Amino acid sequence: MLSKRLIACLDVRNGCVVKGVNFEGLRMAGDPAELAKRYNREGIDEVVVLDVTATIEGRRAFEDTIRAVSGELFIPLTVGGGIRSEPDAAAAIDAGADKVGVNSAALSDPTLLTRLAGRYGSQAVVVAIDAKRVGDRFQVFSRSGSTPTTRDAVEWAIEAESRGAGEVLLTSIDRDGTRAGFDCALTAAVSSAVSIPVIASGGAGTFDHFAAVFKEGLADAALAASVFHYSEHAVSELKRHLLEQGVPVRC
Amino acid sequence: MIALIDYGAGNLTSVRKGFAAAGADLFTPGDPSELGRARGIVVPGVGNFAATAALEGAWTDAIRQTIERGVPLLGICLGLQWLFEGSDEAPDVKGFAAIAGRCSRLPQAGGLKVPHVGWNSLHVPRASRLIQGVDENTQVYFTHSYAAPVTCEAAATCEHGTVFTAAVETDRVFGVQFHPEKSSDAGIRILRNFVAETRT
Repeated sequence: MLSKRLIACLDVRNGCVVKGVNFEGLRMAGDPAELAKRYNREGIDEVVVLDVTATIEGRRAFEDTIRAVSGELFIPLTVGGGIRSEPDAAAAIDAGADKVGVNSAALSDPTLLTRLAGRYGSQAVVVAIDAKRVGDRFQVFSRSGSTPTTRDAVEWAIEAESRGAGEVLLTSIDRDGTRAGFDCALTAAVSSAVSIPVIASGGAGTFDHFAAVFKEGLADAALAASVFHYSEHAVSELKRHLLEQGVPVRC
Repeated sequence: MIALIDYGAGNLTSVRKGFAAAGADLFTPGDPSELGRARGIVVPGVGNFAATAALEGAWTDAIRQTIERGVPLLGICLGLQWLFEGSDEAPDVKGFAAIAGRCSRLPQAGGLKVPHVGWNSLHVPRASRLIQGVDENTQVYFTHSYAAPVTCEAAATCEHGTVFTAAVETDRVFGVQFHPEKSSDAGIRILRNFVAETRT
């Protein structure tokens, strides 16, 4: 049976992991390659590296980071943040990314998804969607959640799939950083509307939140950052918990 | 040296890295005549079966002649599908036809999603040189929408809506539907098993 995937997200600025790193006294804290290696050892299924750097100099450092992370990782690696064009995607993929996450650029020009899928295959193209509850629907925001768009998350996911996206990375703006749990209603609405896998993101706080987003949210994968930083065994403990709850995971 | 055939179907960085971890050097021949010095051949590939049309003719002939010298061949993902006669995905494109049968789309049944993306478990029905050292139910990473039928050449099978071939093995022809270069320790073990075949 196909396993539900657990994905660790590393937010990287100028070569360092900047969010949610909490290991006291660990020298490796902040080094994305060391952190990725540790997660790999613990049994994480996939790694996402997000570039939160704004400068051109930082972009080059980021390519070195991708190279360092991918050099030691024999599981899928997705790179996102600041992928605005085919050359940006090419740089990330040449540095060792297996998939690229595209967000704002795909909203301004959806044909980017088609062009990237044509060149690298749909399996390499992840459409990242940031959505917020507005009344009874979910509105898509661009530019790291700062700019509202006229698009509906479910409709945009359907269009992105038809344009060549191979997966959806769906982040709830309402839940992001709250540790209050994933938005299962948002995830289920998108997941049941598309046939490509949906990765739920935003709000992970407890192990039960993961069980809920897989069962009620119909997520194919769940992404988190800080949850995996708590203990050396967070990934394996979470997987054991999910197995007990009847959620199939790789172990 | 193992030849990695780059026919434009996707990015090969991870495949190169995986083989490096398995202790093998790869070269990318620019012309089929360069297969003369190959001790092994890897046909990778992602995306649509139509991409394998680039292999029709000179490459296919050179690969066939190289295998006849006893050199082993490994197809990965789309490269495994190419080992069969063809695929419903691009009916006009001929496969390598080392193995009988055609690839078809995975059924979208019972709420299952297609493409089949993620970690799924292998069933290993028989002793295999390629899958040697990999336990029954080991999970490996897949990403595909079309799949090959189960034939007597199957060295491993997997299930997603239907049972399909996850790995094939004949005397000199090997193939994996999953991505060994993305399948952690088990994947590197499989690449190492293939590398060992190139050294016998």
